[in-house]
Amino acid sequence: MLNLIWLFLLVSGILVAAWHGNIEVVTSAALQAARDAVEVCLNLVGIMALWLGIMKIAESGGLVNALARLLRPLMVWLFPSVPPDHPAMGAIILNLSANVLGLGNAATPFGMKAMQHLDQINPRPGVASEAMCTFLAMNTSCITLLPATIIGVRASFNSANPTEIVGPCILATASAMVVGMSVDYWFRRRNRRRRR
Amino acid sequence: MLVNVLNVISQWAIPLLLLIIPLYGFIKKVPVYEKFVEGAEEGFRTAVRIIPFLVGMMVAISVFRASGAMMVLGSLLKPITDLIAAPAEIMPLAIMRPLSGSAVLGMAAELMKFHGPDSFIGRLASIMQGTTDTTFFVLTVYFGSIGVTRYRYSVVSGLSADITGFLVSLYLCHRLFG
Repeated sequence: MLNLIWLFLLVSGILVAAWHGNIEVVTSAALQAARDAVEVCLNLVGIMALWLGIMKIAESGGLVNALARLLRPLMVWLFPSVPPDHPAMGAIILNLSANVLGLGNAATPFGMKAMQHLDQINPRPGVASEAMCTFLAMNTSCITLLPATIIGVRASFNSANPTEIVGPCILATASAMVVGMSVDYWFRRRNRRRRR
Repeated sequence: MLVNVLNVISQWAIPLLLLIIPLYGFIKKVPVYEKFVEGAEEGFRTAVRIIPFLVGMMVAISVFRASGAMMVLGSLLKPITDLIAAPAEIMPLAIMRPLSGSAVLGMAAELMKFHGPDSFIGRLASIMQGTTDTTFFVLTVYFGSIGVTRYRYSVVSGLSADITGFLVSLYLCHRLFG
């Protein structure tokens, strides 16, 4: 799936550039993007280190476990293939809380940590497990209560009411989440039936 | 009023986390600094591990956008966008939404500058920006950090959430501000 999308993006880009007669755009875009990607990662190094360091403290003090216990019924229902006491549960909760609050740069480190935990119980390394797919579906569509960045952009362009979009945003993310999770659930059911 | 409250929340969220968690750890007799460094080291390694994945993804997306292929796709979709009453100006943003967060933020800002933040297009761009995460960034980074290369159906569920987010944003925008 991803192989095809990746190939499509590249091939269609190159063909269209050739057809428009400015193939040199491809070279500069590709080289610049490669440099940008490394820059994104380097910026991420410090943020990742900071948040995973803080998370380690919270984990050692038992804070993450307490949170996980609190949300246990919900988490067991959402991730039936993960043992209820597995550390992945705590990391998933932290990631989703950060997402809900619109703290994007704190969400990414927790999410990667959750993936690493899920990988420990992945029966087929290199292939996404059921729990990983559910977590991703949840993550990419997560309800946002506070779209802080866009409120800031609106305010900077002198909007009369920068926050009027908060309500629609919450509704739209909630519907996206319901659909994303339902599609994930449908695939999971279908794969189970096939295996029998 | 609400803007101020939101500003205060976003200003205080991170300082409060940085205050409460280490204090809590100290009370629970955790060697806070040592544990911090231990966790930070893991974070460092993870961030470096995702570089090749992100290079691959960002190069393809950037070529797709810079070459004008994205505009071609947008005009191919015109019959559909006319049907659902989506303004043509918004389509590049809708196509980029699952691919690149920073590109979309730039495009939304550009639309707001040109049409005004309180125009239909400005509001729609704002709602779409606040809706759904960048599916491909999340896929690339999260799966990259553990070396998963077969994503299975997660691409489909992520994209269906993106499309839903777009359609609901469009509907709400027509209903509330149309």
